[in-house]
Amino acid sequence: MAIDFLVHEAADGVGVVVVEGLKSGQEITGWVMKEDQTIKEKILNDIPIGHKLALKDFGVGDTVFKYNTDIGKVVAPIKKGEHVHVHNLKTKRW
Amino acid sequence: MQTKFLGYRRENGRVGVRNHVIILPLDDLSNSASEAVANNVKGTMALPHPYGRLQFGEDLDLYFRTLIGTGANPNIAAVVVIGIEPAWTKVVVDGIAKTGKPVAGFAIEQNGDFNTICAASRKAKEFMHQASEIQRTECDVSELWVSTKCGESDTTSGIATNPTVGKTYDKLYEMGATILFGETTELTGGEHLVLERCVNDEVRQKFQFFFDRYAKVVDDHKTSDLSDSQPTKGNIEGGLTTIEEKALGNIQKIGRKAPIVGCLEKAEAPAGPGLWFMDSSSAAGEMVTLCAAAGFVVHLFPTGQGNIIGNPILPVIKLCSNPRTLRTMNEHFDVDVSGLLTRDINLDQAGDILLDMTVRTANGRLTSAEVLGHREYIITRLYESA
Repeated sequence: MAIDFLVHEAADGVGVVVVEGLKSGQEITGWVMKEDQTIKEKILNDIPIGHKLALKDFGVGDTVFKYNTDIGKVVAPIKKGEHVHVHNLKTKRW
Repeated sequence: MQTKFLGYRRENGRVGVRNHVIILPLDDLSNSASEAVANNVKGTMALPHPYGRLQFGEDLDLYFRTLIGTGANPNIAAVVVIGIEPAWTKVVVDGIAKTGKPVAGFAIEQNGDFNTICAASRKAKEFMHQASEIQRTECDVSELWVSTKCGESDTTSGIATNPTVGKTYDKLYEMGATILFGETTELTGGEHLVLERCVNDEVRQKFQFFFDRYAKVVDDHKTSDLSDSQPTKGNIEGGLTTIEEKALGNIQKIGRKAPIVGCLEKAEAPAGPGLWFMDSSSAAGEMVTLCAAAGFVVHLFPTGQGNIIGNPILPVIKLCSNPRTLRTMNEHFDVDVSGLLTRDINLDQAGDILLDMTVRTANGRLTSAEVLGHREYIITRLYESA
């Protein structure tokens, strides 16, 4: 089955789109690499290749995990299936 | 897997994979004469750069270490050094001469460009004839020194391309090679993972010292949270959002097997085989130049959005897995591991593909960066000149 997005680990809150041209409203297929599981997700934005989608809802101040490790804090609410990037996620460092 | 290759065994026993004769300017003022010599004597290469005047203290130490290390690198057969005056020229010549390789210095004051170019060209011609008769001989992969740094990374770097380097590093470690990583600030958010890999407390303390020293540089000079620089605009275009996310992808390059046996100052040569950390900038030109100056002979460079870096003396193997980047700027890449994203190959296979390209490059295959003429020679400065 063709894979549209990858997730490092099942514990992660985000996945990474690895194909071009995904549009809002599409149901896409993901592969969780560590646990070797296939999952589906409906995306709520157009998401470019390499960019992240949320795999659950996040509130402001929540921590986002990728590689099962802290990659920063949420600064605007994020719904499951939405694009996660610099507009809603910031570093906790520097 | 192939464990032998044909390399150049130098006077000091080190093994190189290229056979360059370089014209090395001591300072900015000597670039013109150096380039004239390289033009006169075909097959030689000048390494112009903007520095070398009124540097002092630790910055001067690093500067000499960089120039001497460049000339001493086993990818170099012989060196002509040209400086504005003879004293610092001699420092560089004497440093390179410790390897036993042919090296000669020329100074411009009291000679002018014309006489200097004439005398240096005659010596460069002699060196070029000598170098052209050196034969490759059988060497073992355990004798290779391989460095890595990633650039213009994106999320595919952390998923596929950097783990490919990690897998190749695991294999090189088991074969007894000397391997290196660096990029101090770009470990921010994953420094605990690096500390866990250090072989003992002494190495752990040294890593922490380098990490804290670089963090202080950032703290002392930053005017924002660095999100305008690190991640870079290219990283952000590629989907990387925070330094933590970038660092966790970066760290995939060190694989899973090799403990970190030591931590090095910028441009410092390692003392034995295994995995080493070198304190360094995360800017590609600076970091790769420091690897060359530390004596590394092949470089593995994964990229997501397409950093096109090369180095005059250190072959840079470029690998990528992002299908858009591979489609739009294909001439820059040596290894395509996009099959990892489509599950057409697994990580162990990708590691073998990159290891094979490493050995082919050591045997003499020119990299894309070499064929395209990328010769970024970028010297790291610590602070202003006097």
